[in-house]
Amino acid sequence: MVKKTKSLNLNFGPQHPAAHGVLRLILELDGEVVEKADPHIGLLHRGTEKLIEQKTYTQALPYFDRLDYVAPMNQEHAFALAAEKLLKIEVPIRAKYIRVIFCEIGRILSHILNVTTQALDVGALTPSLWGFEERETLMTFYERASGSRLHANYFRTGGVHQDIPLKLVEDIEKFCKSFPKIIDDLESLLTDNRIFKQRNVEIGIVTKQEALDHSFSGVMLRGSGVPWDLRRSQPYEIYKDLDFKIPVGKNGDCYDRYLCRIEEMRESVKIILQCIERLPKGPVKSIDGKISPPNRQDLKQSMEALIHHFKLFTEGYRVPPGDVYTAVEAPKGEFGVYLISDGTNKPYRCKIRAPGFSHLQAMDYLIRGHMLADVPAVLGSLDIVFGEVDR
Amino acid sequence: MIENLKKLENLINSELTSKIQSSFIANDELSIEINENDLIEIIQFLKSNEKCKFRQLIDIAGVDYPNEEKRFKLVYLFLSHENNCRIKISINFQPKQIINSITKIFPAANWMEREVFDMYGIKFKNHPDLRRILTDYGFKGHPLRKDFPLTGFNEVRYSEKEKKVIYEPVKLEQNYRNFDFESPWEGTNYIKEIKKKQADGKKN
Repeated sequence: MVKKTKSLNLNFGPQHPAAHGVLRLILELDGEVVEKADPHIGLLHRGTEKLIEQKTYTQALPYFDRLDYVAPMNQEHAFALAAEKLLKIEVPIRAKYIRVIFCEIGRILSHILNVTTQALDVGALTPSLWGFEERETLMTFYERASGSRLHANYFRTGGVHQDIPLKLVEDIEKFCKSFPKIIDDLESLLTDNRIFKQRNVEIGIVTKQEALDHSFSGVMLRGSGVPWDLRRSQPYEIYKDLDFKIPVGKNGDCYDRYLCRIEEMRESVKIILQCIERLPKGPVKSIDGKISPPNRQDLKQSMEALIHHFKLFTEGYRVPPGDVYTAVEAPKGEFGVYLISDGTNKPYRCKIRAPGFSHLQAMDYLIRGHMLADVPAVLGSLDIVFGEVDR
Repeated sequence: MIENLKKLENLINSELTSKIQSSFIANDELSIEINENDLIEIIQFLKSNEKCKFRQLIDIAGVDYPNEEKRFKLVYLFLSHENNCRIKISINFQPKQIINSITKIFPAANWMEREVFDMYGIKFKNHPDLRRILTDYGFKGHPLRKDFPLTGFNEVRYSEKEKKVIYEPVKLEQNYRNFDFESPWEGTNYIKEIKKKQADGKKN
């Protein structure tokens, strides 16, 4: 007698702590084995691209903080680079250093969140408590530079909004000296932890070819053994002059990706220390008055500065027609902005390429044949943030 | 970097002579315009050719030009790890045309094409699962088209009376204002129109 089995449909999310936001996953289960996963996204869709078409370039920038809200400045960076490429302007060297410092802080912010919450998903509570304390410190750095902990709105076309205080540089340096110890502590809790390894090793394996076919980038690609990092292969800002390593995984499973993230945090600390050591003096935004606003003092005395200020905050600046694609190595992978300008003060089209979008797309094939309990582990190692997936 | 792109441009032009409508390098980026019917063939060539090896599809971006006859444009962005370069392939076509899906060549195109379908209403042939992706269940219209209003048509709220989430037409206390700040020095449009009318009136 043949026993007929019926697969069970399970609705996972959108309100579930392990869904890392608002993911609705429709799972088809055969017993405990997942046969098919259909992610429903868009529950956090805000129409960012449509909104950007209605705003001037300066006004469009804050929307990028709200994409991957775990590492806001990395996103801003991609947009600032795109506008600069169209305008063909140079960024002062000090601004480049400051940008890199804050991008690497963003990377640490994102990786702490991911590593610790992934551990939380598979049953380890302590790492997240330890990690979040450090995130808090890092967010105060954001606050001291830009005025807000999360939605920084700090980068500008042609540089950054304001110079950073000297004391802040010292504090960041102090943090960089003490932070490797925290990474060691986190590692002592997780890396050799039996339960953590049982839940992650050989789970969600991605081969090299699959990683390429599915448009993976960042840690998802490097975890599978593809040595590809935009900071190294297509260097922007000052990454060319910095000395850092790119950790590459071997097996392409969740555990390798975890190890990559841990190593990347260590490398980021190194990068920040190098930047602080070399941090040059000088202006922090383009000196072109048609693009960056004048400072407060000039405003009181110079008529020209006043006119520039008025023009910049009403009309904004015009960007020559053309289209560019710029990409940065965001913590989650290649974050790109495809910008089309029609010569006016507003972008004609701004397509945002979010790394999480293609990573989540592969969820179905990653999870097929795995157990239901592996879903949070795989999801955690994909490093999904819905702000950028849904846009 | 730029020399590589020029070489690549020459290679593609010589291999696919008749299929390339135009190609140019601007802002250090190589763009190629092709006919929408040749899409599959050209993308297959770019992926498999030894000298191109564009093995990663980065993104598919739709663009809307409502005033042109070929209203829609699709831009395919590719990346080659081996040669460390990028390429943009674009096609222009009329609103009702159906475009070949490239999901067979690049599985990652699946969601990207779904997004284009959702945002612009462009349909794809041979797509395994062409559903809306980002917008709400039961959403109508295609939000990234230029004629779709920024405020949308429906709004959502929780109704205390009915104890559920309800959809109703957008009600704004004040119309959405789109300030045209561009070049106020040249005077506002309506003044120009008045002057023109006066001038026309004098002629008559």
